[in-house]
Amino acid sequence: MRPRHRHLLFLVAGAGVLGYLVWGMLDLSPFGRYPGPYGDIVNAVAFSERHVLNVVTAVIFDYRGFDTLGEEFILFACVTGVSLLLRHEGDEQGDRCSPKPRRESSLEQAIAPHASEASRSCAALYCGLILVFGVYIVLTGHLSVGGGFQGGVILASAWLLVLVAFGSPALHRFARKYAVEWFESAGAGAYVLIGLASLLFGQNFLTNILPLGEPGQLLSSGTILLINCGVGIEVSSGFILLLCEFGKPLQHQKPVR
Amino acid sequence: MTWLVPLPVALPLLVAALLVGLAPICRRCVADSLGILTALVVAFACAGLLFKSAPGTLVYWFGSWAPRGQAAIGISFVIDPLGAGLATLCAALMTCALMFSWRYFEAVRTYFHTLMLIFLAAMTGFCLTGDLFNLFVFFELMSVTAYALTGYKVEEVSALEGSINFAVTNSVGAFLVLIGIALLYGRTGALNMAQVGEALARGPTDGLVIVALTLILGGFFVKAAVVPFHLWLADAHAVAPSPVCVLFSGVMIELGLFGAFRVYWTVFRPNLGDYETGVRLVLMSFGAATALLGALMCYTQRHIKRLLAFSSISHVGIMLIGMATLAARGTAGAMLYLLGHAFVKGALFMSAGLLLDRFESLDEEKLRGKGRGLPILTFTMITGGLGLAGFPPFGTYLGKQLIEEAGAQFHQPWLTGLFLVTSALTGGAVLRVVGTVFFARPAGGARESKSASASHEYREIRGSAHTVPAIMLIMAVVMVVVPALSGAFGRALATRAMAGSQRFVDRTGYYRAVIEGRPFGVLPAPEPTDTTLRGILFGIAAALGAVTLALANLFKSHIPNAFWRGWKPWLDRVLASLQRLQSGHVGDYVLWLMIGVVLLATALLLSAKISA
Amino acid sequence: MSYLPYCVAAWLFVIGLYGVVTSRHLVHLIVCLSVVQSSTYLLLLSIGFRDLPAQAPIFSDVPPGTPAVDPVVHALTLTDIVVSATVSALLLALVMDVQRRRGSVDPETLSPFRE
Repeated sequence: MRPRHRHLLFLVAGAGVLGYLVWGMLDLSPFGRYPGPYGDIVNAVAFSERHVLNVVTAVIFDYRGFDTLGEEFILFACVTGVSLLLRHEGDEQGDRCSPKPRRESSLEQAIAPHASEASRSCAALYCGLILVFGVYIVLTGHLSVGGGFQGGVILASAWLLVLVAFGSPALHRFARKYAVEWFESAGAGAYVLIGLASLLFGQNFLTNILPLGEPGQLLSSGTILLINCGVGIEVSSGFILLLCEFGKPLQHQKPVR
Repeated sequence: MTWLVPLPVALPLLVAALLVGLAPICRRCVADSLGILTALVVAFACAGLLFKSAPGTLVYWFGSWAPRGQAAIGISFVIDPLGAGLATLCAALMTCALMFSWRYFEAVRTYFHTLMLIFLAAMTGFCLTGDLFNLFVFFELMSVTAYALTGYKVEEVSALEGSINFAVTNSVGAFLVLIGIALLYGRTGALNMAQVGEALARGPTDGLVIVALTLILGGFFVKAAVVPFHLWLADAHAVAPSPVCVLFSGVMIELGLFGAFRVYWTVFRPNLGDYETGVRLVLMSFGAATALLGALMCYTQRHIKRLLAFSSISHVGIMLIGMATLAARGTAGAMLYLLGHAFVKGALFMSAGLLLDRFESLDEEKLRGKGRGLPILTFTMITGGLGLAGFPPFGTYLGKQLIEEAGAQFHQPWLTGLFLVTSALTGGAVLRVVGTVFFARPAGGARESKSASASHEYREIRGSAHTVPAIMLIMAVVMVVVPALSGAFGRALATRAMAGSQRFVDRTGYYRAVIEGRPFGVLPAPEPTDTTLRGILFGIAAALGAVTLALANLFKSHIPNAFWRGWKPWLDRVLASLQRLQSGHVGDYVLWLMIGVVLLATALLLSAKISA
Repeated sequence: MSYLPYCVAAWLFVIGLYGVVTSRHLVHLIVCLSVVQSSTYLLLLSIGFRDLPAQAPIFSDVPPGTPAVDPVVHALTLTDIVVSATVSALLLALVMDVQRRRGSVDPETLSPFRE
């Protein structure tokens, strides 16, 4: 289809879709007047039933924990898929993350050509702070704003800083592929195992079986804290693997026509 | 036995995580065995659930969150015979696909097995769930693994481009579904299908309900490759590895139909009961267009996998017609058709994969005559072609018969003619390929034709090109013999399918089971369903039509030119414009998706106005 | 005013699709796809919103029981964000591979089966 036809046809189709969507949305309750029962029920009972202060975390990891299991494995499948798609020949053996040493200098320049001393020192300083902050966000998901997903991404951003400031070889020195994959699978497997553990106690899958503790304490809310940590490990490892894959040395690829 | 319920989802996910963690020390045979074992266990678990749910639908609340009053606050699995049966089929096909890829398939570390197992978990979860957003999550999980598996052969650029088209189109479809779910949540404040259906039943049928219906149906029809949302399928199927194609055509696209109609029956039916005639007409038209277009495009293809992909589109059209009759009988027919089609299509894709590895090409003209002396492949492809056409032992004829009976109930007599034509075309295309590859004399140079041809394909199997691994041949034969056996159990299968469908379409019982916890299983006895002579005769007629078409193509040179004069130029022009639709440009595909949504919306609105 | 967020969500959806349909660069296409995704976040969060005095559903500073917005849509949006990010990552990996093999990322020049 020629581009001009595409534009014209889109004007018609786009107008149709836009009008249709708006017509349907006008039958919703106005903005600011949420009517439905689901949110109100959860808001009312989450604190007393699960001793959490962050109701969103309770919904994510307890009331609708099964959805989050699927979501975590979407991330897991994505990381596996990216590793599959960005592979190159001879990947069955060896740790792909370590590039050949004799090309290291040109590689460094390829990835971080303009990184100055200042940016490297700042990166070295901030990495530690980011790691601490990330761990804090993961652990206090049930107490205040935060959670496994958010904290995991923050943790991975420390490695991103290393990649940007120091280049790919430095990243691979701090992220051995086998170790990171192991952490990723441990985090993902932990979620399923915690769910299966409740089967052993005669409850349904993913029931909160651990003692709930005092609301407001770090060790409270039962399995929500454990799942939070597991998800945090899995998400951070997954994103570190993504960084490894996307920041991989480019000269290993042999273009095939 | 309630611990059996989360197993089909939890077990494959656990083993998939394990396979990635153990990848450095995991040898190929360990990964293969683990994968096959897991798929087998899941298949048995789903079969167990099928038997347990036959007397009464099972409802399972995750996190032990039972409903409070009339509101559900957790996620539920609602297991009825149709859903459990479909889940069993998914697991069985996955076992076959993993056995086909035993040892010889080029698997990169354990990534292939991990993705296949996650794919399995997503499919079974999709079949069993009773929550709208959970349905969406499993839909996306299924899609993400499918995108990665499609782009598996990264050395081939066409695989990457096909995967991009697949990913972009299906993502837009998934967002359509999500917007529909969001609209329903905004109206009813619930995500449990039974609860939403009840809340909508008490409310008016206004714009929001129709828009949500359009978006959800449209989004699922993208996955199901209904016309005009179908353009991604041919590109994706042509390039995905064969064990993956077995699953795509066999069960993944049909799950789109299942999801659409599950949501229709539990959520929209109580609200839209008065507009049923209009909805039926609209959906049957889409089904007819899909069946016809798929069959026409199928017959003009030269690339074998693309040919099979278009035939899948055509068969999905037939299944859509069956489910669009909005009756238990039609739904039962569609399910039986699905069952028969899945195995036969799987066997055909496996045979195509073996041809690819033997001859490094899937172009019908390039393979002319090269298949002589391969008796087993000849056998599987001939029986596969007959199965697609609906020759009596294969389950497809029974499905078509039930759909025609349902159509007759609603005064749609044109179904028989449509089914004859499309079955003859799709079966005939496969038989034509058989004739060219396995029986014709090798030609000197490849003749040029307008349809897409593959220049050079990359092999999927390790090892020499002259030894075909025995396990792969065995799997292909098994997959083609199983549906033939199903014809022997025609009456039992048909009765069970009818009973399951009656439960599928009964919304009130579903609501009572899920929200009120009352037993749901005692229904009036299913109407008598058995194979009729009419069904058998039409099956044979379709098969004869397929054989005629194949022979006509083989002996084209003997047909006088006078026969073609008059209608061939017109036919060529139509086919050429249809071919141009498959441009490969992702923007075109998304544009047609939007046009399809507008068409569906207009059709539903008009039918609502007419029915009101 | 009371329906503006929904209209903005619908507009984002369509304008993102415009970018996807008419794009000349695959990376630009993926970013337009994420614009389409962001329309769904906006729609979900607007549906669950409540006017003041409703707070965020986090009771660390306020006593439990104070009126709060709907927490369920926040959970749904979080899932949606993760899904979108993963799909974008997969697509970007595919595009990188295409760039390496084909040397071009213009959808006009790419076609799975050239005639």
